[in-house]
Amino acid sequence: MSKAAEIEIASVSKIYGNTTAVHAISLKIPAGSYCCLLGPSGCGKTSTLRMIAGHESVSGGDILLGNKNVTDLAPAERGTAMMFQSYALFPHLDLVENVAFSMKMKGVDKETRRAKALDMLKLMQLEPYASRRPAQLSGGQQQRVALARALITDPEALLLDEPLSALDPFLKIRMRAELKKLQTSLGITFVHVTHSQEEAMALADIIVVMNDGRIEQAAAPRTVFERPATAFVARFMGDHNVISGRATSSTPSGLSLTVPAGGTFSAPACGMPEGDPVDIAIRTDRVQIGKAAQDGLGFTGSVSNIEYRGSSVKLTATGAGIEEFTAIISDREFFEQPIKVGEAIQLSWHAGDVIVLGKAQ
Amino acid sequence: MATVRFIGVGEPKPKRNIRISPKLAAYLQAAPLTLILGVFLALPLLMILVVSFWDYDFAQMYPDFLTMNYVETLGSWVTWKTYLNTLKFAVLVWAITLFIGFWVAYFLAFHIRTMAMQMVLFLVCTVPFLTSNIIRMISWIPVLGRNGLINSGLVNSGLVSEPVEWLLYSDFAVVLAMVHLYTLFMVTPIFNTLMRIDKSLVEAARDAGATSWQVLTNVIIPLAKPGMAIGTIFVVTLVMADFSTVQVMSGGQSASVALMMKNQMSLLQYPAAAANAVVLLILVLSMVAGILRIVDIRKEL
Repeated sequence: MSKAAEIEIASVSKIYGNTTAVHAISLKIPAGSYCCLLGPSGCGKTSTLRMIAGHESVSGGDILLGNKNVTDLAPAERGTAMMFQSYALFPHLDLVENVAFSMKMKGVDKETRRAKALDMLKLMQLEPYASRRPAQLSGGQQQRVALARALITDPEALLLDEPLSALDPFLKIRMRAELKKLQTSLGITFVHVTHSQEEAMALADIIVVMNDGRIEQAAAPRTVFERPATAFVARFMGDHNVISGRATSSTPSGLSLTVPAGGTFSAPACGMPEGDPVDIAIRTDRVQIGKAAQDGLGFTGSVSNIEYRGSSVKLTATGAGIEEFTAIISDREFFEQPIKVGEAIQLSWHAGDVIVLGKAQ
Repeated sequence: MATVRFIGVGEPKPKRNIRISPKLAAYLQAAPLTLILGVFLALPLLMILVVSFWDYDFAQMYPDFLTMNYVETLGSWVTWKTYLNTLKFAVLVWAITLFIGFWVAYFLAFHIRTMAMQMVLFLVCTVPFLTSNIIRMISWIPVLGRNGLINSGLVNSGLVSEPVEWLLYSDFAVVLAMVHLYTLFMVTPIFNTLMRIDKSLVEAARDAGATSWQVLTNVIIPLAKPGMAIGTIFVVTLVMADFSTVQVMSGGQSASVALMMKNQMSLLQYPAAAANAVVLLILVLSMVAGILRIVDIRKEL
């Protein structure tokens, strides 16, 4: 079953009438990897997935699977299988017939296809329900049937359109683990569309962050989180404070940026010309309470909100021209010196924690 | 100084104490419909059933309990032939309306992209139904008649030397008019079921390698069955009870059960007509029961 294929998207775009849903994106998904297309709704991630699957025509560019150009092939000829958002199980067929559907279409005789479908159901631990209709199953079971139906075609790549969105939070986490396990054991390429950064981080080998029909960043989850490429990525991944301002001095040793009507912050050098707008990000969990060791690595603000989260406390502060700056403080540190809303507070960070963000292409 | 009163604060209004037991309330709620169905459906049916056992002569009916009316009805060769003829119309009209109805509904549901256009076209389908049944039926006569539109066209173009006789006052004319009258009753429920089919099911079938024909036979038609069953019930019951179309369009050359009853009534043979009605009712109800056995329509209701 393991004949994974590399997926290559070469300047693919999708245009609906006057609106461009996908702007000539290029992407290489290595064979056998778990790739998550991540972004807010309307960012073009589902269109991209549907173009890979062949359910949406490509307005420009090419899609390659393995070394085969599949741009103009029918969905079933591509070697991909798709799992639909609401699973799209056939309500009038029982589980065996649902799973055996593709073989029935190919004209495989009844005995063979039923036996094969039963084997697949056994693999998914759904054998006891083989003669039930999809409506008689729970959400998690339906998802496994949809997986079985997609995998029985022995695909080189499995495309999943928000597969976990219909499940309750508890089941979501369990099915997430099952998906990852399945991908590891099958070794085929998975492309998974989601709007949950948590889901993407938990599952993916590569996260492709999309916004407004463009790819903002495509990298391993750790890279995306630790070195977000753009302000959008930093904000969308969460747990980052983004400070926007203008570069006031740019030297080989460092950059300083000034927030309009606010403070000045220092950042590592990045060759940005003076006067240009620049964004920096600081992870919320790397912010400390206390005076900055050096000018430009902290500010004094007033606390606007405090949220207790058990092991940590989330402080939100305003000051130095920054609307909202979040710090995650460990509960011990916070309760040693409790702070109230409205109090002035000094926040600071290390020079190494400042990330200079680029602009979207 | 103005006083501010908050709604709900202060002394509550005295409550009127009308207490109805939940049981009585339920009966009261069901009463209006029971009354209507009882007076306008159950009672007339009961009367027909009672009258069907009565005796009659050329001028009067005599309360009695005779099975004579049934014996005469079922024992007559004419009755059996009329029933067969009516069933023949029912089957023909059903098959044709199902075929046309399905494709019209399919076109509306799957080939028209925008919801607004779907609704506009669906309303266009219903426009002929703003006129009366009889007028729609009669308007076929100038089209199909001996010197009608079609015949004069055919004769003038030299395709036939004499007008085609079977166009009007024939079984063909009856079936044509009935198809015209009843197709919408097939389109509506099928359109309704087709609109509820999740479009991603079609994509899932395509993903599994189904051709357009396979999508139709394996996904769409099975899922449209409840709508087809409801349409079938409409069409079959309407055709089985039809007398005006048969009378007008066959020119009195063809018979249907309802037409037979009408003739019996005009001869003041009410008990015989009542017996006939009871037999027809049993037949139609068993046909509906048969349809419901084959297709589960509960999901549609």
